[in-house]
Amino acid sequence: MLVLLNNFIKKIVILIFLVGFNGSSLAEESKIEFISTDWTFKGVFGTFDRASLQRGYQVYQEVCSGCHSMQHLSYRNLYEKGGPEFSEKEAKAIAAQFEVTDGPNSEGEMFQRPARLSDKFVKPFPNVKAAAAANDGAYPPDMSVLAKARKGGADYIYSLLLGYEDPPSDIQLDDGVYYNKFMSGNKIKMAQPLLDGAVEYADGTQATEKQMAKDVTTFLVWAAEPHLEARHKMGFKVFLFLIILLTLVYLSKQKVWSRFGSKNLEEEETFDKIEKAVTEYEGEDPKTFK
Amino acid sequence: MSETKYIPKSKFGKWFDSRLPLLTLSHHLTSYPTPKNLNYWWTFGGILTFCLMTQIVTGIILAMHYVAHTDHAFESIEHIMRDINYGWLIRYVHSNGASMFFLAVYIHIFRGLYFGSYKAPREMIWITGLIIYLLMMATAFMGYVLPWGQMSFWGATVITNLFSAIPLIGESITGWLWGGFSVDNPTLNRFYSLHYLLPFLIFGLVVLHIWSLHIPGNNNPVGIDVKKNSNETMPFHPYMVMKDLVALLTFILIFFGFVFFLPNVLGHPDNYIPADPLVTPAHIVPEWYLLPFYAILRAIPSKLGGVIFMFASIFILMALPWLDSSKVRSSSFRPIYRKFFWVLVFVVILLGYLGAKPPEGIYLILARIGTAYYFIHFLVLLPLLGRYEKTDPLPMSIADPVLHKPGIVDKFKEMAGSYEGENVGTFK
Repeated sequence: MLVLLNNFIKKIVILIFLVGFNGSSLAEESKIEFISTDWTFKGVFGTFDRASLQRGYQVYQEVCSGCHSMQHLSYRNLYEKGGPEFSEKEAKAIAAQFEVTDGPNSEGEMFQRPARLSDKFVKPFPNVKAAAAANDGAYPPDMSVLAKARKGGADYIYSLLLGYEDPPSDIQLDDGVYYNKFMSGNKIKMAQPLLDGAVEYADGTQATEKQMAKDVTTFLVWAAEPHLEARHKMGFKVFLFLIILLTLVYLSKQKVWSRFGSKNLEEEETFDKIEKAVTEYEGEDPKTFK
Repeated sequence: MSETKYIPKSKFGKWFDSRLPLLTLSHHLTSYPTPKNLNYWWTFGGILTFCLMTQIVTGIILAMHYVAHTDHAFESIEHIMRDINYGWLIRYVHSNGASMFFLAVYIHIFRGLYFGSYKAPREMIWITGLIIYLLMMATAFMGYVLPWGQMSFWGATVITNLFSAIPLIGESITGWLWGGFSVDNPTLNRFYSLHYLLPFLIFGLVVLHIWSLHIPGNNNPVGIDVKKNSNETMPFHPYMVMKDLVALLTFILIFFGFVFFLPNVLGHPDNYIPADPLVTPAHIVPEWYLLPFYAILRAIPSKLGGVIFMFASIFILMALPWLDSSKVRSSSFRPIYRKFFWVLVFVVILLGYLGAKPPEGIYLILARIGTAYYFIHFLVLLPLLGRYEKTDPLPMSIADPVLHKPGIVDKFKEMAGSYEGENVGTFK
């Protein structure tokens, strides 16, 4: 009975493993590798490259913002710690380039005024429908949390920006549809946004396609996670604190337990018991135990 | 270590305690005798209490800033993440805390399964625990809806639609859950209200859970009754408190590893896309801790059948104390049950993996095998094992399980020899 059951269990486990592995290997086939680069914000001590963030903002502003909103960001975020860290004056100047509707004023009228630091990023379209209508029915997603809203995050966005290719001969594309090897289904309605020299960097960095993709992706990661640096810093401190505390608590626990059931005591007790048991077993006095 | 009758020392203490025996209660809680041999698997009760309190405290703070309206929910979460002081920390603790809560509860439940903690006289501990678990799932599900992302919306749509499969009253229940004709603002509002309420029900049930524990006392890894107030037990404070603290801090290290360094890895990226009733995500999946049940739900070809089996998979656990008729508690002395236990663990993890995959081809076949096995384990194997399994002999007390291992005498002779550094013949 026992042996039969044992065999039965073994067979089940082997069967499940075999079938399971076949299943998972089938699933692996459709996976695509994203292109990655040396992101400075990855890892436990990751921080943002300020210059890259500032360039990234420029790329967003000059290339993306015509279609993509970033409605959860405010202009003040641009000079806050942990971000691109423009000076307050620069951030004010950036904000002042945009017009926002305010009001109503004392006459009950709405009016236009230049944006202030406290304003949210001005949207290119008043609403989703307008954005879709202007873009051939495809809504350009808001980019505030885009880096967290896509599987693969930074690597995905970076890859997508660099993934434009001529379509394989067997694929027919409609007008206004482009081939991108990282887009799901490979068809994307956004034309290739970054071409060499699309922007002119003030700091003299060569505006290659790769460089711009890297900069704007860094900017998007910061936009989605503006407290990333603070989080990493605090996490490190918290870990240090917890490890010291854990060590102290563990030592205290050992100390407290030694009062009661020290390892040695337990061993001694067990030893005594074994001695007794052997005595009973052998029916002899342990002193004369052979 | 013995639990003596507590008499307050001061006059005021006596006056107070005879009217409201809080001092007696606190004395009981600190001197509560626990078996000496409890291992680290027994520290998860304390860890779970910590999880519940963390969720309640962070949740109350989040509720001060969250707006339960379909037009503002997503935005208010971003407001918390960006503008509220340490809002990102509080929210990440809350969202990862839910996952950690379930991780701990699964370990806690499987520990109970392995060591037979559900058996007489501890049935009520087991049952109150399962009700807590059910409420946890409901709370977590409704909490996941609140950010009003794509997975929030579509998860809510899929789960609430399940109730429509119930004959006769199904449609009414769904309408009542929705507060309308689809998942919309009224749904979000009532989910928010219930998400705030249920944790306090859980808290009440935790009190019952601990109360029912303190009547028979803890089970232990050997699974035999300990003599209370003997040298087999030790007071809860400071011994178990210190051990629980060591475990808790280790747990918090892992927890905060997620919070500070991988805060979004346990969530789904789609939930950072605002809910859109017109766009269905490619795969609608619940949070990882609900995946095994999702796999069972989809393994059954009919909608009603799936719902029945999914709920049955939890309710069947309530009958476990009577389905498992073996008198031996600990798996250490149940050689066959022990193997089936690990098969069950494997099957549940497999179902979890399958719950994240589309229900087609090999995945569907495996999910069906897994579901069948899950029910066979509880309905067929356990009753049979209780009858036919030959269990190993039980030790007399928790201190000497070692004496009953075969070959112990030879081992002892060897030990004695090396201990004295001499021939055993001259052993003193």
